[in-house]
Amino acid sequence: MDSMDNHTPHRTEDHDVGEDVTRAYWRENLSLMGILLVIWFAVSFGAGILARDWLDQFSIGGAPLGFWFAQQGAIFVFVALIFVYSFRMHQIEKKYGMSDDND
Amino acid sequence: MDSTLLWTAFFVIATFGLYIGIAIWARAGSTDEFYVAGHDVPPVFNGMATAADWMSAASFLSMAGIIAFSGYDGSVYLMGWTGGYVLLALLLAPYLRKFGKFTVPDFVGDRYYSQAARIVAVICALFISFTYIAGQMRGVGIAFSNFLHVPIEIGVVVGAIIVLFYAVLGGMKGITYTQVAQYCVLIFAFMVPAIFLSLQITGTPIPQLGFIGNAQDGTPLLLNLDRTLVELGFQPYTEGLKSKIDVFAIALALMVGTAGLPHVIIRFFTVPKASDARKSAGWALVFIAVLYTTAPAVAVFARSNFIDTVNESTYSQAAANGEISASELPEGSTPGWFYNWEDTGLLGFTDLNGDGRIQYRADPDTNEVTTLDRDIFVLANPEIGGLPAWVIGLVVAGGLAAALSTAAGLLMVISSAVSHDLCKKVLMPDMSETRELLIARSAAVGAVLIAILAGIYPPGFVAAVVAFAFGLAAASFFPAIFLGIFWKRMNKEGAIAGMTTGLLITGVYIIHFKIGFSSIVLGVLALILAIASAILFLGTRTGQTSTPPLLYAAGALALAGLLGVLGLLPAIAMGTPDQWILGISPEGFGTVGMLVSFAVSVGVSLATQAPPQDVQDLVEEIRIPSIRAHPVKDP
Repeated sequence: MDSMDNHTPHRTEDHDVGEDVTRAYWRENLSLMGILLVIWFAVSFGAGILARDWLDQFSIGGAPLGFWFAQQGAIFVFVALIFVYSFRMHQIEKKYGMSDDND
Repeated sequence: MDSTLLWTAFFVIATFGLYIGIAIWARAGSTDEFYVAGHDVPPVFNGMATAADWMSAASFLSMAGIIAFSGYDGSVYLMGWTGGYVLLALLLAPYLRKFGKFTVPDFVGDRYYSQAARIVAVICALFISFTYIAGQMRGVGIAFSNFLHVPIEIGVVVGAIIVLFYAVLGGMKGITYTQVAQYCVLIFAFMVPAIFLSLQITGTPIPQLGFIGNAQDGTPLLLNLDRTLVELGFQPYTEGLKSKIDVFAIALALMVGTAGLPHVIIRFFTVPKASDARKSAGWALVFIAVLYTTAPAVAVFARSNFIDTVNESTYSQAAANGEISASELPEGSTPGWFYNWEDTGLLGFTDLNGDGRIQYRADPDTNEVTTLDRDIFVLANPEIGGLPAWVIGLVVAGGLAAALSTAAGLLMVISSAVSHDLCKKVLMPDMSETRELLIARSAAVGAVLIAILAGIYPPGFVAAVVAFAFGLAAASFFPAIFLGIFWKRMNKEGAIAGMTTGLLITGVYIIHFKIGFSSIVLGVLALILAIASAILFLGTRTGQTSTPPLLYAAGALALAGLLGVLGLLPAIAMGTPDQWILGISPEGFGTVGMLVSFAVSVGVSLATQAPPQDVQDLVEEIRIPSIRAHPVKDP
């Protein structure tokens, strides 16, 4: 990542990118978003609500698994999702020379 | 309780002094600093400030108790109030930051090239924020009256003056750095007792592990609790009473509502860059998750411990009268903290069967714990854990920090909505910056005065705070902002129609089932609509329009409002839970409101003209973090 950084201008305020580049960037952003939102839905509404009765036959420590997802697990996954998104977006923006990040 | 009182006073005064010190250090000189802290708050600090902004007195004091009583059903709050940050980080925050203005109505007004849309957004923001802030001020007053033995009114006024001081002086900048301090106070105050409680009950210092761990006798804590509760006639802890569809709807409404709440969104305007908005949302959720994953553990510990130590224990009248110290009581006696909290009125015991022991049961005919306030489970933790008196003082200071930080964030929304969105953008566009700052500060003062009144004389709707604030944010702001970013074809007709239908159906449903349409409620609503129409008329009038239908509407509504307040309008009976549409409670109805709002927005947009090119270019531009990029034709 750092090596790429050297080739991309840091402040890109006055440079324009072509329509196809922005479109490719946007598509990549949307598909990343889509994947992460599916996980977001799966751990909360899926594991914690819709499928909890089934998941409760398993347990994590002393807690039924579905119940655990609803009260703890989903929250841990949420935190991870945001950082994964932030990290992956940083890479995607670097790739298309669109980063607003100087570091 | 005397040393407790001293320590409480010490911590409250020390933390308040700290907040004032920070406010003096972080004065705001320009509108930029006042509204968005000069756009230069580092992401980690903004995350902390967002966490404090977000976690209100209810999160700090009541949530663990609510979960302790409702078991699985409490999950809706845990998931609902954290999952929204994923939506915020992925779907809204970076783009709104890229857009780079001050407020949510700014975005709605510019994106939908319409003063009417802006005004609808201002009205939503004001209504949501006032509902929410009234609850916070009430919380401050109650904390003061319970722990410092001063009347609620004085507590409300003292709290309000502190918030006013740093909000008026420092604006967003002052609020941000006080919120950082408040987060540190509140998380420390929450975690210390939780860690000790976890050690005592499960032998591990990490509450999140204690939650899934074993009790001291080696059996799983949660299964023990399930079994004991069933024996006493309660619902098992890991089962809920709410229907699946209701749990789903409430969790979704709270998540989407979180992402649409203006006082949360404006926090992301304060970071330097769009990429920082993403990071900042991540940090905010980390800081929130520390409390939100501990709260369900505290709930299990507290409920288990309550049953173990209080149920079937021998109540000592001598200890209750303060004649002997609780430490001298024999084995099997009611623990000392029980008597202390009985004095505050948050706990009550009536010996129904006269056997001198406390029976805690689900059945109201045999249950002898006649009062059990949900806040007790957080407040009594330090004593249950055998911690010194100063920890109780710390917990009170933490509760106040949680309430004040949230109140300050809301105050900021109210102040900027009035000065920036209403006065600057609608009524007096050529106002100078100094003038705008003055109005912003006066609006903050005015809002605090209203909040004080609402805290002292809580209006009926405060009880419906959660349903209102989240339902309305989910059904109005979220669809408008989301479609504004992700669908270029979305136009002003769609946005106005979507926001108003979302607001109306959600509002009507909540009022019908939570408050009931009495004459006075109808009257107040008509008055609000009258003011809204008058503002719409003033804000959208263009030169010499001959027929001002909005003005006539405002007049008619004002008249209706007057009749309503005088009690002359027919009342409609309040709805009962068996009439809920699809079994969805008012708290969850924001989900339905949101879906309707989306459908109406899309339908109306497609049936009307596409937005102008410059607006479509604006959308292109906010989608890309660093670049003033639209297609090549604009060199």
